[in-house]
Amino acid sequence: MQQETTNGLYNASNEHDACGVGMIVNIHGNKSHEIVDSALKVLENLRHRGAEGADGKTGDGAGILLQIPHEFILLQGIPVPEKGKYGTGLVFLPKEKKRQQEILSIMIEEIEREGLSLMHLRNVPTNPECLGEAAISTEPDIKQIFVTGVTDDKVDSFERTLYIIRKKIEKRVADEDFYICSLSNKSIVYKGMLSSLQLRQYYPDLTNNYFTSGIALVHSRFSTNTFPTWSLAQPFRMLAHNGEINTIRGNRGWMQARESVLSSKRLGSVSDISPIIQPDMSDSASLDNVFEFFVMSGLSLPHAMAVMVPESFNDKNPISEDLKAFYEYHSILMEPWDGPAALLFSDGRYAGGMLDRNGLRPARYTITKNDTMVVASEVGVMDFDPSEIAEKGRLQPGKILLIDTLDGKIYYDGEIKERLAAQHPYRQWLNTNRIELEKIHSGRKISNKIDDLKIKEIEFGFGEEDINDTIIPMATSGQEPTASMGNDTPLAVLSDKPQLFFNYFRQQFAQVTNPAIDSIRENLVMSLTEYIGRVGTGILNPDETNCKMVRLSHPILTNTQLDILCNIRYKGFNTIKLPITFDGSRGGDGLHEALDELCSRAEKSVDDGYNYIILTDRDSDDNNVAMPSLLAVSAVHHYLISVGKRVQTALIVESGDIREVMHAALLLGYGASALCPYMTYAILDDIVKNGKIQENYNTAEANYIKAVKKGLFKIMAKMGISTIRSYRGAKIFESIGLSECLLNTYFGTETSTIGGIGLETIAKDAIAMHNDSIEAREKKTETPLPTLGQFHWRKDGIQHAWNPETIATLQLATRTGNYDTFKKYTAFADKKEKPIFIRDFFDFKRRPIPIEKVEPVEKIVKHFVTGAMSFGALSKEAHEALALAMNKLGARSNTGEGGEDEDRFHSTFDGISLNSKTKQVASGRFGVTTEYLTNAEEIQIKVAQGAKPGEGGQLPGFKVDEIIAKTRHSIPGISLISPPPHHDIYSIEDLKQLIFDLKNVNPHAAISVKLVAESGVGTIAAGVVKAKADLVVISGAEGGTGASPASSMRFAGISPEIGLSETQQTLVKNGLRSLVRLQVDGQLKTGRDVIMMALLGAEEFSFGTSVLITLGCVMMRKCNKNTCPMGVATQDPKLRAHFRGSYKYVVNYFTFLAQEIREYLAEMGYTSLNDIVGHTELLVPLATDNAKLASLDFTRLLHKETGDSSMYCTKSQEHDLEGILDKQIISGSKKAIETNGEVDLDFAIKNTDRAVGTMLSGYIEKYKSDLREKGNNKVVEPTINVKFKGAAGQSFGAFLVNGVDFKLEGETNDYFAKGLSGGRISILPPIRSNFNAEDNIIAGNTGLYGATSGELYINGKVGERFGVRNSGAISVIEGAGDHCCEYMTGGRIVVLGETGRNFAAGMSGGVAYVWDKNHNFDYFCNMDMVEINLVEESSYRKELHELIRQHYLYTGSKLARTMLDDWSKYVEDFIQVVPIEYKRVLQEEQVKKLQQKIADMQRDY
Amino acid sequence: MGNPKAFLSVPRKEAGYRPIHDRIHDFGEVEQTLNSNDRRTQASRCMDCGVPFCHWACPLGNKPPEWNDALFKGDWQLAYELLTTDNDFPEFTGRICPALCEKACVLNLMDHNPTTNREDECAIIEHAFSEDYVQPRIPSRNGKTVAVIGGGPAGLAASTRLNQLGYKVTVLEACESAGGLLRYGIPNFKLNKAIIDRRIALLEAEGIEFKYNQNIDSTKLPKGYDAYVIASGTPTARDLTIPGRELNGVYLALEMLSQQNRVLAGMQFKNNELVNAKGKDVLVIGGGDTGSDCIGTANRQGAKSVTQIEIMPKPPVGPEDPNSPWPNWPRTMKTTSSHEEGCTRRWNINSLEFLGKDGKLTGVKVQEITWEPNPEGGRPIMKPVGKPEVIKADMVLLAMGFLKPQHPQFQDNVFVVGDAASGASLVVRALASGRDIAEEIDRKLSH
Repeated sequence: MQQETTNGLYNASNEHDACGVGMIVNIHGNKSHEIVDSALKVLENLRHRGAEGADGKTGDGAGILLQIPHEFILLQGIPVPEKGKYGTGLVFLPKEKKRQQEILSIMIEEIEREGLSLMHLRNVPTNPECLGEAAISTEPDIKQIFVTGVTDDKVDSFERTLYIIRKKIEKRVADEDFYICSLSNKSIVYKGMLSSLQLRQYYPDLTNNYFTSGIALVHSRFSTNTFPTWSLAQPFRMLAHNGEINTIRGNRGWMQARESVLSSKRLGSVSDISPIIQPDMSDSASLDNVFEFFVMSGLSLPHAMAVMVPESFNDKNPISEDLKAFYEYHSILMEPWDGPAALLFSDGRYAGGMLDRNGLRPARYTITKNDTMVVASEVGVMDFDPSEIAEKGRLQPGKILLIDTLDGKIYYDGEIKERLAAQHPYRQWLNTNRIELEKIHSGRKISNKIDDLKIKEIEFGFGEEDINDTIIPMATSGQEPTASMGNDTPLAVLSDKPQLFFNYFRQQFAQVTNPAIDSIRENLVMSLTEYIGRVGTGILNPDETNCKMVRLSHPILTNTQLDILCNIRYKGFNTIKLPITFDGSRGGDGLHEALDELCSRAEKSVDDGYNYIILTDRDSDDNNVAMPSLLAVSAVHHYLISVGKRVQTALIVESGDIREVMHAALLLGYGASALCPYMTYAILDDIVKNGKIQENYNTAEANYIKAVKKGLFKIMAKMGISTIRSYRGAKIFESIGLSECLLNTYFGTETSTIGGIGLETIAKDAIAMHNDSIEAREKKTETPLPTLGQFHWRKDGIQHAWNPETIATLQLATRTGNYDTFKKYTAFADKKEKPIFIRDFFDFKRRPIPIEKVEPVEKIVKHFVTGAMSFGALSKEAHEALALAMNKLGARSNTGEGGEDEDRFHSTFDGISLNSKTKQVASGRFGVTTEYLTNAEEIQIKVAQGAKPGEGGQLPGFKVDEIIAKTRHSIPGISLISPPPHHDIYSIEDLKQLIFDLKNVNPHAAISVKLVAESGVGTIAAGVVKAKADLVVISGAEGGTGASPASSMRFAGISPEIGLSETQQTLVKNGLRSLVRLQVDGQLKTGRDVIMMALLGAEEFSFGTSVLITLGCVMMRKCNKNTCPMGVATQDPKLRAHFRGSYKYVVNYFTFLAQEIREYLAEMGYTSLNDIVGHTELLVPLATDNAKLASLDFTRLLHKETGDSSMYCTKSQEHDLEGILDKQIISGSKKAIETNGEVDLDFAIKNTDRAVGTMLSGYIEKYKSDLREKGNNKVVEPTINVKFKGAAGQSFGAFLVNGVDFKLEGETNDYFAKGLSGGRISILPPIRSNFNAEDNIIAGNTGLYGATSGELYINGKVGERFGVRNSGAISVIEGAGDHCCEYMTGGRIVVLGETGRNFAAGMSGGVAYVWDKNHNFDYFCNMDMVEINLVEESSYRKELHELIRQHYLYTGSKLARTMLDDWSKYVEDFIQVVPIEYKRVLQEEQVKKLQQKIADMQRDY
Repeated sequence: MGNPKAFLSVPRKEAGYRPIHDRIHDFGEVEQTLNSNDRRTQASRCMDCGVPFCHWACPLGNKPPEWNDALFKGDWQLAYELLTTDNDFPEFTGRICPALCEKACVLNLMDHNPTTNREDECAIIEHAFSEDYVQPRIPSRNGKTVAVIGGGPAGLAASTRLNQLGYKVTVLEACESAGGLLRYGIPNFKLNKAIIDRRIALLEAEGIEFKYNQNIDSTKLPKGYDAYVIASGTPTARDLTIPGRELNGVYLALEMLSQQNRVLAGMQFKNNELVNAKGKDVLVIGGGDTGSDCIGTANRQGAKSVTQIEIMPKPPVGPEDPNSPWPNWPRTMKTTSSHEEGCTRRWNINSLEFLGKDGKLTGVKVQEITWEPNPEGGRPIMKPVGKPEVIKADMVLLAMGFLKPQHPQFQDNVFVVGDAASGASLVVRALASGRDIAEEIDRKLSH
């Protein structure tokens, strides 16, 4: 039901949403209006999780799922039969009568076909007055239908009949305004394009006192754009989903493929109701479709849930073997629907909730003594008296909670899953049928060698860099090589050299709307296990023959394994090899025919019963050219789906063109189950034999495979996908430079951003490489393979934008301050021989005016910023030079993610401030203190980095010296890792919260969000603007980096031109553009680049590489090695001494750049830079006679949208900071702050009071900072004691500073004590509550994230990811969820109770103590980086005792009291967790102290 | 790259020259060699730059990062293969190339201690010869023929490439042996002629035919070839036509240098033909490399004194030339091995007249000058300062460069290459020009 079509880059399928969900259930199913009313209140209390459009009124969608209100219906005078014997539901219809009539007659026809009748059609009363403009313009006519006539014998299957009727109607009606909200005899859904508050107003039904229900499920939506539609509001027919399905493309594809085997006795032929998934709906809607289908087919609700969203079941997960078998059995039949998800579901009798395997969405529940249960994204959404509460808890990752309202029972996960696992002897089925490839051995000896290796290498396009810089590092170190300084080479489609087909694709990645997974630290949720074989009868018919599969522990096969697969003879496995070659003499036609032939042979192979098909290019010869393996796989995969034969076989690729991780990812992502890179093995064999590496073959091969596996994990994780089974076929890629026709035919993709090549050129490139090899063979050339110049510039190699001419001339121009030389530089950079970037294809229209009329250089330079480059990546000299230059110009430099030395905030050099105006906040939160944030003009949230979107960074220990450690609040010598996701941004509403937090700390700073260009970035940006960002950065994938995995640098993200243009188009279209500034980066070098980017929509421009070059960088590309000879990107003092740069050069650069821009503006006839922003009509594509380039189509890119009054930022965001609780706290403590006095305050607190204490902290810090700015170093140490009662909203006490002491009696939501900067927080249950404090969750997820100092005491359990990246705070809690203390680098954490899985993953500093009363802590601890010991040393025992004593003091914890009373007993049960690296540092410190002592003593003698 | 940090711990180490007292009496090569261990350690200093300026600066596009790495790893054969993909005669350039690559090296930018590319190159090729990696590569013939006029560096490079591409190549050389200025210009103490002989033998083995003493008039090219390469260099030296030029004792530099090399090759000259500096006061006019070669030769012949004068100002001293900053070649003050061996150097000296007695040279009247900027732009204007003076000299060697040759309009299948095409320049440029022309000829002839 896509409403918006466009000629631009906006694509509705890229929409994302996230939301708040809630559910209220009376456990005994007692119906009341109170439940309906309370549910609406819950929704209203979650309103901050939803969003509104540009008109400020139209909500993104809200809705409620209820039991059918029988009495209410009767009261409306509708003569329905008894409960359960009629079906009803709301229907959205077009307002136009004629269309409506047509639809209704179809409906009646289908209803009557089943022997039922449409008894009544009720006009649902509505209140359109409350709607916003956008909602009104799309408002449907809403009718409630009543279906009756069911005979008593068919009541049991009535629900299913209604389902079939609905599906059939949906299939027949193509009207985009038509939608059936629900049709059921048990439940009903009211929803619409409403805000949380409007739902009640819009549907008066809901406020009628006779409208009763025992179950109510609510949902409020936050969509990333402003065209959410009525039908996409949630709940859907059976569920409400907070989250996102990352694997949706694959899931939909596989579901389509699977339909052929999904018929069941209950539902009959699946073709009647096909497609199971309604087209053009959201991911959540698709999930609902399939969930509903399974339930209707007879699976129980929890069974269907567990199949679709299974929990992780590898060794790291403490679940029973039978349950593991249950999951494994189902994993053969269905890939997980993977992504962050809090799912609430109900069929009218049962109601339940479930979380994804990673627990990436919060869901907390409360059960009262009078048997009401509330489950919601937050606590505090409903008020209860503390004495009423029976139990509090949270949904845990992968766990289900279910209530049967008929029997009045609550089923917890353990019980539910036990039942599921016991349904069939899954374990036995697996053991007797499933084969594990790893365990099979054959006596056959398979050679890895290939004759004429070099000739073959040439045939498959290998260069020396492939071997030296890719294969050898992988074979020796077991991981992908690292590269630096970005990618400045042409896109594959712009290159004149024959390209590997893989090069046309880029990885997609998660940003903002869903988190990347941490593939290293949180590997326990990930899996590469695959099954290959033939799926028999499918999910709906449990049978052991479904297990007749070969299990692969990962998809990379050795030659030997492939041989085994080809020769498994027993149990009836059989396989066929199909060659993927084409007749080279026939060019593109030959390729086309060969693909057709291949597809039909594959289909025939399925018909012939082959369990798997091996696509191989081993047999290429002089006439038969190997076709790109990716093209072959994708063609066959999509063809088999289209003929409904895909799930019956598996595809395996044996190809010579595979060498890199990206290649493997692409093949799997487009449908292959396994692959064998035989050329790589042959090369390994060769280099081992020639002694080029010291490893033997087996080690080298194992290392190589390990590296590919790690890389696959990382690429999947980037998109937030946990298992290869859901990654396979999920097509998480985008192509650049392939024609729409090619994508349509072979890749199942409809649109192409810029058009591009087809089969003809692909064939030409393949033939060119093939011919080179024949020529080489004939000439018997002995020269080594050439270095193609991917990572190293070569005269005859791949073109690089940064080359000796551009580098040397730029340096000379800026050093000497000579504008003529600068013009020489821009001529080198702009007038390339061949295009490298998309912007090289454009010229602009001219209408000259005198240059004097154009705004001055001083104004233009304000549009420039320097890129985020951390102190740590850069040397002190370089980092400070950038700050000085930008401050001199009145522009902004960026701290990067490494924090900034606080001495710089108030000091100067040459009379210029050293303070970077933009302070970055990245996932590692290094040095993000309240002081840091208050000293910013702009705070930038780095969601992703161009060179490595979706990945964390690592600063190796050897780069962390004293000063860097100080800046980052860590310890010298210890590696610093930033996690792939921000653990407080798992969704768009989380981002909104973080923006709110930062705005509170520093209301004067603009908040910017840095995104990386990819398809769909425009919709994400729109969401970000709706989340109240003031500035959005679109970072091009070409951007530089200190260190990035080589494949990410080249293959993740897309050109800034495409991303920027899409963003501009989407923002303007949504009427959001004028609210936000748009910044772009990605290899910008010259005035021309700036003009091009401005025309495409940017008004700010960020420069990274070019400014480093003015400071001396010569593109060594060795930043990651700390050996920068120019002293730019190194911490080595010897090398820093060679730094030759000066801030003056940077000033020169930007001045020249601005001057050049003035000249262009004068040529174009504009007086200011803002005037050209977004004016794509001024761009003229250049003509070209190159066929490859001529295939590009820039219409979409240059499309100009209308909708907003302005093409650039002219307004400012409303941040809603008025009326927040902190205003009251500040006014109450002002005096104490100014006089260093003391104050005691008391407040009631609600879940809508968010970031309480944050503005206060910012206020105190700003007060100090202002004093210091005036040179007054007066100590400011007020004592502010605040007591709160109630349920605090998110980010309680975030960034709390020294001197502030919070005590919360009640509970709190996620992100409490985030960024704690010296304050003290204690949280305890309400005094009148009588549950056991230590057994209950009273604080949410991700507490203490990125804290730098301060104290936190909690008398109760906390959620997942407590203390992540803590670098100095101390805390005592009484139980924690998964991933506690992850990435911690300092401070102390004491857990007086159980912890979840993966404790201390990536922890490199600080100490944790855990009370291990069950003596099983070692299972839950991730021992990769830490050691665990008993607490034996007296100093540690003393420390622990003191911490618990403080805990008792601040919270009055009974447990603490008990422990202190019997200390010597309890202390024995404690485990101390110390990072190994940290231990070394501690020891070194001790030794140092000792040496000092000895030295002192000796001196005394 | 084997050792990314080697450049921090390993200082540049040059093999250096034999001690002056040892080398001044013979014409053996002055440069020494490092042992192979030191050689490899030196190679490890190469940083494998992302943008290798060395590779950019080298006219041949040599790739020091690649062969230095192989050398460091001890894979001499691979180093040899990598080196010779771009450079056909590393044994020449490894000895006499001014090494533009080293000036463009990032380590030269960093602290003026670039990698020792030239010496590494020489070591690799010498190792390759001694290990017999260097074998004649006999291509299959394509049936076409090319005549190469001139067997100097450009001609030899063109011949080698063309031969490898399958052409039957005949080199028509005016002198009695091949090598051009390598043989008849560069003194043996810089380039031992056995090195050239070794290469020529190899080329002959690969099928190139050499015909000597062929004085070819370029307007009457011999018939029967599919293409012609004019690689005849710059035969005409720039003369100094001031009064007294006819005096006995005034020579062009090459008269002395080529004769000396021929003497060392065993050729006999009559006394009155000999150009020998023994016991003479020698004045070298011209401050370039040829002048420097004259100094070395004169000293070896036993000159009483050697003076070198140059009309241009003294170049900047030190590693950096502000007018030609890194990565360009710096025109700084250069002190060669020959300078070290003893001579007086003066700059800003204009020669006015050769003075003589009895037809024999006795001295040169010179005058100090200065250069003033030209108000109309262009070449600065020379202004005399000081009084004319006389430098006593029995022998003057004119080393003032060579005139760019003029060529008639050639037919399409005639290609001019090297110095003959672009005027006197470096050997490495001649080699690059030679191989480029070979590619061009192949492109044209294979259509």
